[in-house]
Amino acid sequence: MSTLYETLGGEPAMQAAVELFYRKILTDERVSRFFEDVDMEGQMAKQKAFLTMVFGGPSEYSGKDMTEGHSHLLDQGLNDSHVDAVIENLGATLSELGVDAASSKSALSIAEGARDDVLGRRGS
Amino acid sequence: MRVTHSGRTVEVQNGETVLDALLRSGENIPYSCKAGSCQSCRMRVVSGSVPEAAQVGLKETLRAQGYFLACSCRPDGDIEIESDIQVQSVVGVVRARDRVGEDVLRIRLEIDDELDYAAGQFVSLVRSDGLARAYSLASIPGDPSLELHVRRMPGGRMSGWIHESLGVGDAVSLRGPFGSCFYVPGRPDQRLILAGVGTGLAPLLGIARDALARGHEGPVDLFHGALVSGRLYGVDVLRNLERCHRPFRYHACALNESQGDPETLRVGAISDIVLSSVKETLATSRVFLCGDPGFVNDLRKRLFLAGASMQEIHADPFTPTGSTTDAN
Ligand SMILES: Cc1cc2nc3c(=O)[nH]c(=O)nc-3n(C[C@H](O)[C@H](O)[C@H](O)COP(=O)(O)OP(=O)(O)OC[C@H]3O[C@@H](n4cnc5c(N)ncnc54)[C@H](O)[C@@H]3O)c2cc1C
Ligand code: HEM
Ligand code: FES
Repeated sequence: MSTLYETLGGEPAMQAAVELFYRKILTDERVSRFFEDVDMEGQMAKQKAFLTMVFGGPSEYSGKDMTEGHSHLLDQGLNDSHVDAVIENLGATLSELGVDAASSKSALSIAEGARDDVLGRRGS
Repeated sequence: MRVTHSGRTVEVQNGETVLDALLRSGENIPYSCKAGSCQSCRMRVVSGSVPEAAQVGLKETLRAQGYFLACSCRPDGDIEIESDIQVQSVVGVVRARDRVGEDVLRIRLEIDDELDYAAGQFVSLVRSDGLARAYSLASIPGDPSLELHVRRMPGGRMSGWIHESLGVGDAVSLRGPFGSCFYVPGRPDQRLILAGVGTGLAPLLGIARDALARGHEGPVDLFHGALVSGRLYGVDVLRNLERCHRPFRYHACALNESQGDPETLRVGAISDIVLSSVKETLATSRVFLCGDPGFVNDLRKRLFLAGASMQEIHADPFTPTGSTTDAN
């Protein structure tokens, strides 16, 4: 079975997807503070890596990478409610992209599956 | 295939990426996703060429400068690459200095060697004691001299020195060019939106002239903002450009002005004026923003949220040099 990443059209489609997603994140006051970065392009590239991962595209992140990559956010108070908000925005992005229910479900569950790593609860 | 990086040459095995080859040889190269999306591993090719796949997702201004992603690069020939951008050094002799605004000097410099730059890039001007500051190029590569616009900052070391002491005939060192805020030809019908405050006009003037000289046909709208209309400068040059080039439109904007002649002056915050003027065409426009960092970063975000693609927003914030990092 092909991945959502492939169905959507691979890397070029990720650019459009990440713009949709990043606009939502930046205007969602529950989480925007984590993503407000003077280097908007750099920040958006990171979010593209996030989407590529949950869409089943090429990705080499380990659970440990996810913990390390978000540990500075834990210091800023990152918790379950923020993961919920990010997953909610991911869902809205998927429906705006017209992604079918089954593929959406798989993307959302990949994101959900990273929750404990992102929140540093998996130990090391 | 071999890849040369900072003087060392490494063999790239068949199917191996440049990133893996460099890491295997013990080099310390930043990376994260290893899959071409996070751009942590961005490098620049100086000789040879990289496959198209290694530049996917990069802005066209970066591609034009030879940037690529090492983790997605499986070279098909020998290449030489670098982590940091290579700079040229030239000596410039001041040929003219003219006061073009209340506190803005236009400096024309003749250089001893060729400087391979794109209009809109900037150079670092280095004084003989080592003090260095960035100034944008308002000229285009065919011009006989380099043009800079320097605003005098209160208590400013470099700008004060330029205004008071740098005379015609004096020489200064320049390093560069730097920056990715420039026009790349290829889509002549696209709308170009250029917006700047203060000496942010310098790079915008270069970019606009460059685009027009390369036959850009879509509308070119330049918005220049100041607190009051008396602090706008370069008005004659811009009006003249408007007369000579059909697609070009100059929008003078002043924040505090009781009444503007609606034909020649728009009153209000430049960011609001830009947003309200271009909203409908934003999704397909190319945008250039230059000048004060607060202005640039704020308008970039607002334009992006209003529908502009980040790939199409080129920004050059004039970040002041940190007064702690250059204390000597
Ligand atoms: C990419 C880039 C392009 C630039 N292009 C131009 C250009 O084309 N024309 C131009 O005139 N300048 C330009 N600048 C700004 C320029 O590099 C210097 O920062 C500026 O001339 C002040 O330097 P100085 O040595 O005179 O002041 P400093 O001695 O460095 O500073 C004096 C005081 O002024 C403050 N200060 C400096 N700059 C600002 C500011 N912008 N806003 C508020 N306070 C400030 C400092 O914090 C300090 O307190 C550019 C900067 C960048 C990064
Ligand atoms: C739901 C599960 C999540 C996954 C799978 C995920 C995945 C990722 C990935 C792959 C990156 C790129 C890492 C890199 O290359 O450096 C990243 C970066 C980032 N993530 Fe997440 N993320 C998740 C949740 C969150 C949440 C809830 C927040 C905050 C509300 C968040 C904020 C960030 C930020 C700010 C960055 C950039 C960090 C930096 O600047 O280095 N993430 N994330
Ligand atoms: S390591 Fe992420 S793009 Fe190369």
